[in-house]
Amino acid sequence: MRRWNWRAIRAVMRKDLQQVRQNRMVWLPMILVPAILDIVLPCVMAILPSLAPQDFASGSADLAEFFKVLPPSLQRTLGSLSPVQQWVYVSLNFMFAPMFLIVPLMVSSILAADSLVGERERKTLEGLLYTPMTDGEIFIAKVLVSFVPACFIELASFAGYGLVANAAGYRVMGRVFFPAATWWPLVLWLGPAVSMMGLGVTVLISSKAKTFMQAQQTAGVLVLPMVFLMIGQMTGLFFLGVGAILAAGFVAWLVGAWLVWIGARTFSRGELIVRV
Amino acid sequence: MEPILIAEGLTRHFGRLVAVDHLDLTVYRGEVFGFLGPNGAGKTTTIRLLNGILRPTEGRATLLGFDVATQGDAVRRYTGVLTENPSLYEHLTARENLRFYGDVYGYPEEKLPARIEAVLEAMGLADRADEPVGAYSKGMKQRLAIGKALLHEPPILFLDEPTAGLDPAAARAVTAMIAQLSHQEGRTIFLCTHNLTEAQRLCDRVGVINRGVLQAVGAPADLARQLWSGLRVEMDLHSEPSGAVWAAIKAHRGVRQASLVDGKVRLELESEEAIPGVIAAIVSAGGRIYSVMPEEHTLEEIYFEIQGANGASLEERK
Ligand SMILES: Nc1ncnc2c1ncn2[C@@H]1O[C@H](COP(=O)(O)OP(=O)(O)O)[C@@H](O)[C@H]1O
Ligand SMILES: [Mg+2]
Repeated sequence: MRRWNWRAIRAVMRKDLQQVRQNRMVWLPMILVPAILDIVLPCVMAILPSLAPQDFASGSADLAEFFKVLPPSLQRTLGSLSPVQQWVYVSLNFMFAPMFLIVPLMVSSILAADSLVGERERKTLEGLLYTPMTDGEIFIAKVLVSFVPACFIELASFAGYGLVANAAGYRVMGRVFFPAATWWPLVLWLGPAVSMMGLGVTVLISSKAKTFMQAQQTAGVLVLPMVFLMIGQMTGLFFLGVGAILAAGFVAWLVGAWLVWIGARTFSRGELIVRV
Repeated sequence: MEPILIAEGLTRHFGRLVAVDHLDLTVYRGEVFGFLGPNGAGKTTTIRLLNGILRPTEGRATLLGFDVATQGDAVRRYTGVLTENPSLYEHLTARENLRFYGDVYGYPEEKLPARIEAVLEAMGLADRADEPVGAYSKGMKQRLAIGKALLHEPPILFLDEPTAGLDPAAARAVTAMIAQLSHQEGRTIFLCTHNLTEAQRLCDRVGVINRGVLQAVGAPADLARQLWSGLRVEMDLHSEPSGAVWAAIKAHRGVRQASLVDGKVRLELESEEAIPGVIAAIVSAGGRIYSVMPEEHTLEEIYFEIQGANGASLEERK
């Protein structure tokens, strides 16, 4: 097999990214969702205690459930904090952590749908199929243009969340308290894995979907597992510690890689051209 | 003549439909080959097969010696294709579109900027090269799409209905552009069209396809010769010929029929070779000839003669 033609792959990626700016349906959610997660959520959580001081003075009943599932080391850390500090620490560090995974998931899925289905919808796919790029090269370009920005936006979103969370909670905590150790495997391991999974599912959907919107609606079901994780964590059903995150990441990588591999095997000109 | 493209029994089915049916075809380097047929005849499918982006159900084809079914990536390095839909990125400028395709086709990077300028110039788009293509007229898009197909200097250019959907002025500009490109630097052009005037003007040889079946191939004059045995000639004698002249004409060998049409003598001859003899016979019988016009068959007449009732497009027949 000859080597990948990276010049062509880069050109396709650049072109697809330039295209993103053209469609509000594509870029708006990628800005809006991280903005809500990064700014609105931490601010609301940090301000909540000052809105209802009496509820927090003696320690919240809701938190008690949550505390039970925490590992002992974390319970010790929390034991030395005042109730309000406990709330800020727990809500900003743990409660919404699973929700954060929506960012890499959504970004990779939107970009993949735009790059694969959008190109067909805009009637430019045929031109690409007539070029000497191999099926594999076109596929790699489409995968990377979804996966790489998803990881970047996830990291940027994490950095933004960290800044806002620390700033919003500083008055209560008196120190930099974010991120807890669980964030590192979450952001660096599980996040990319989840984005790979979103990508894989979208690749498979894309071979059938006729429009970008249709692909997006179908891929939307992917948010459900994230919502499940978030609700589970919030209600104290389980706690996503470092070990659990690493394990979940492992599964997500396997599933994601498997889906992308199936997508790659079925991605061929001969199949694509009869559907342009 | 060196073949650049050879198809042998090339066939493609879509379910029960046979879009291209055992196509045997050779195209030679440097020629403009016209592929004529009504809508749905199988022209676009043939281009896709010949570029290795659609797999044949049966048969094979080679382009510059590469098998289109198994070496498609190599084949496509040597072909430029104008698709029915121009496949341009509307949010990018003309220059950015060409830059993109230059990168994808692997055109030498250091030479690419100059090549892009040359193409923009040749396509008459140099002064609007930095506008987004979405703002272009249909004719401009078509010219840019031709420029795109030519950018990497492919030895063979496929043009799929280049003037379809253009207004007459834009169509004329595109046809003129193709005329200019043809017979340059040994470039071969494979032109699909159902516009017979365009084909007549541009093509050295034509193939007529209908319902996936190639009905005839050849230079228009050769096809005419196959279709109509003999030759029609019209002579202007400025007056009705005398009895002696008529007798001389009718007695001449090689004359099948003679009649007077609109004051001119119309002859049906067995071949071109009969012309000098007939002229001599008329002159020696005292006739005076002011003009001799062999009647040529237009590509349109040839086309409809070949297609016969099949000439109607598939849609009309349904
Ligand atoms: N992807 C496809 N699936 C099913 N039928 C197709 C497909 N592409 C072309 N056809 C059919 O094959 C026939 C030839 O089509 P085409 O090559 O596009 O004709 P032309 O370009 O001469 O108008 C038509 O009947 C068309 O409907
Ligand atoms: Mg066609």
